[in-house]
Amino acid sequence: MLDPAVAVMPRLDHLRALEAESIHILRELVAEFERPVMLYSIGKDSSVMLRLAQKAFFPGPIPFPLLHVDTTYKFREMIEFRDEMATAVGARLIVHTNEEAISDGTQPFAVGTQRCCGLLKTKALLDALQAGNFDAAIGGARRDEERSRAKERVFSVRDANGQWDPKRQRPELWNLLNAKLQPGESIRVFPLSNWTEIDVWQYIHVEKIPIVPLYYAKDREVIVRGNSLIVQEQPFVVTMPGEQPQVLKCRMRSLGCSPCTGAIRSEADTVPKIIEELISTRQSERQLRIIDHDQDASMEMKKREGYF
Amino acid sequence: MSGLLRICTAGSVDDGKSTLIGRLLHDSQSVYEDQVHSVKAASKNRGVGVIDFSLFTDGLKAEREQGITIDVAYRYFATARRKFILADTPGHEQYTRNMATGASTADVAILLVDAQQGVKVQSRRHARIASLLGIKDFVLAVNKMDLVDFDREIFEGITDEFEEILAGANFHAIPMSALGGDNVITKSDRTPWFNGSSLLDFLETVQVTRDLTALPFRFPVQLVMRPDREFRGYAGQIASGSVRIGDRLTTWPSGRSAHVKRIVTYDGELDLAYAPMSVTLVLDDEIDISRGDTLTAEPPHVGTQFEAEVVWMDERPLDPARVYLLKHTTRTVTAEVSHALLMNQIATVTVSTARPLVFDKYETNRITGSFILVDPATQFTAGAGMITNPVRDDAPVAAVAPVSAAERLALMARRAGSDAEAVEAVRKALEELLT
Ligand SMILES: Nc1nc2c(ncn2[C@@H]2O[C@H](COP(=O)(O)OP(=O)(O)O)[C@@H](O)[C@H]2O)c(=O)[nH]1
Repeated sequence: MLDPAVAVMPRLDHLRALEAESIHILRELVAEFERPVMLYSIGKDSSVMLRLAQKAFFPGPIPFPLLHVDTTYKFREMIEFRDEMATAVGARLIVHTNEEAISDGTQPFAVGTQRCCGLLKTKALLDALQAGNFDAAIGGARRDEERSRAKERVFSVRDANGQWDPKRQRPELWNLLNAKLQPGESIRVFPLSNWTEIDVWQYIHVEKIPIVPLYYAKDREVIVRGNSLIVQEQPFVVTMPGEQPQVLKCRMRSLGCSPCTGAIRSEADTVPKIIEELISTRQSERQLRIIDHDQDASMEMKKREGYF
Repeated sequence: MSGLLRICTAGSVDDGKSTLIGRLLHDSQSVYEDQVHSVKAASKNRGVGVIDFSLFTDGLKAEREQGITIDVAYRYFATARRKFILADTPGHEQYTRNMATGASTADVAILLVDAQQGVKVQSRRHARIASLLGIKDFVLAVNKMDLVDFDREIFEGITDEFEEILAGANFHAIPMSALGGDNVITKSDRTPWFNGSSLLDFLETVQVTRDLTALPFRFPVQLVMRPDREFRGYAGQIASGSVRIGDRLTTWPSGRSAHVKRIVTYDGELDLAYAPMSVTLVLDDEIDISRGDTLTAEPPHVGTQFEAEVVWMDERPLDPARVYLLKHTTRTVTAEVSHALLMNQIATVTVSTARPLVFDKYETNRITGSFILVDPATQFTAGAGMITNPVRDDAPVAAVAPVSAAERLALMARRAGSDAEAVEAVRKALEELLT
């Protein structure tokens, strides 16, 4: 019995198809786990996840808390934005910092970026998950970000130490997500797995999703170092001989800790201009994060250790 | 035209799959420049000339060391006409499992064949797995044509063989050199005798045979939303078909009906919703519905026994004496399977479940016709199944209670893998009987 009206049903455009898939993932997660938490990193992907969570559980509230792992080296504007957003969406915000490491003087120039990330991000995250007794953590990682992420599952199992074993990944077929865990295991859930950077920006545009102003180009005081522009927000950023701060129109392509995140020269002060810039400049977003270049396959190493 | 096309690739090791995908990404400008730099550097280290396109897709470190892809990797690219999600399914000994995974969500499969070597046993197997997983549109990429002087006869010989293998499916054959870029993005002048379109052209314009919205309405309930006393809604993703306000829907397996009062979304209420939208439905009558139930407009199959093709993906063989967890749509039940299977084996088996499932045949509906089997000892996703036939095609409601309540309870307790499971199964069954 074919209704002619049905036969000419419009197709969902690709953003709406991705949205529907992500909502399905978030609902499966909430149905199957008792204590989920959303990793909220304040960046554009987190902003999109937050909107998807609002949609998935409407007209109810977001049924899990947000967790921000604060290295204390985030940009001031990020922290302000984080607190505003948590209030606006009415979600409970948990902020966790590895206080011990901070009081031991951990910072990238003193201990190196790898050790700094290990203590302030990976260890802090694992501690926070344990402290909250969370059985599932939602992250905003996308498979298009980096090569080792391309094989990441939507429901990705971590062992008792929070570590990822790429050899023991469960097959994931259709939209059937296996939520069963053995004692001690936990799960990371990636609702944005199939989104690309451009999809995220297009969605931010059509949905008018608020993002941290650091993403928009404006005049900022920076130090030019190779391809990176360093915004000097932390007192311990070392200035090399001959380096002078100068004012340049620039923006952040991805948000991390201020000592390790470079800005790019840019005129893009609106979302459409950012999309245009992305299409024309074509440099992958992680290039400006110093941490990924430490060693070949460094992201994979970090993931194995428990980093998201 | 759909804005999103999902593709999977299949080929034996060294047929040139990674090179082809790398080229698609590179030439459609979906590879970032810094990735090009790091790949160039890595190509140098490995003593490969110019750019080794396969490095764009080989992911994990261990795999790079072995120079082999061992897990499904997802790739994304877009052109002005379409957006693509490509599952790169590697062709080594794990290929059955990987291919089944990649093909399970794909609309189109690209089958690679090395022109010098012709159709191998593996090529037939790949075609069979892809067909089994419901793919109806194929690209036959006859690669390394540069090594056979772009010989038309060789190409046509391979094409003819595939005509037989893929009888009934739509397929588009392309003579190609992934290394040289011939007929990948643009048509090559080294194959003047070839009238078809290039690979990218084909992918941009292919009309996929499957249309979810034209199928009967199926809505597996994910969550019951009760934010306050007034509101009671059923959240889920429409698996197929469409739904309008006022439609009469039946919930299965209970068989009770009500009308759609509201279609709720964050972006406002809708009069009409269709697959694959995620929505929340409010009905006009308080009937009992929970996660795992399915709302339909026309009756589906409801039952506890069916035939299915099962792909086994675990090193630990399928044991008919054991009880597995079976996840189908949003429902998880315990199940037994009639035959033993080894890893990478595919066979037709009979599956019996402790509680009824609401399903369709896989060939008509991929979402309501598929399931996974989970080993309760390891929680590994050990099997993937496609329903081919209900075994007892009873009237839906009758299928719910074919034996007495006491018998059913005893049966369930026996089937359970542990005491805790038995208690849980009996508790659920009692709940079902009493409601
Ligand atoms: N001559 C020629 N060599 C090719 C072609 N495509 C791939 N190759 C080579 O075949 C080998 C295997 O390719 P690769 O993409 O790694 O194969 P995969 O194992 O299927 O991913 C590599 O040495 C490639 O350079 C082609 O069209 N022509």
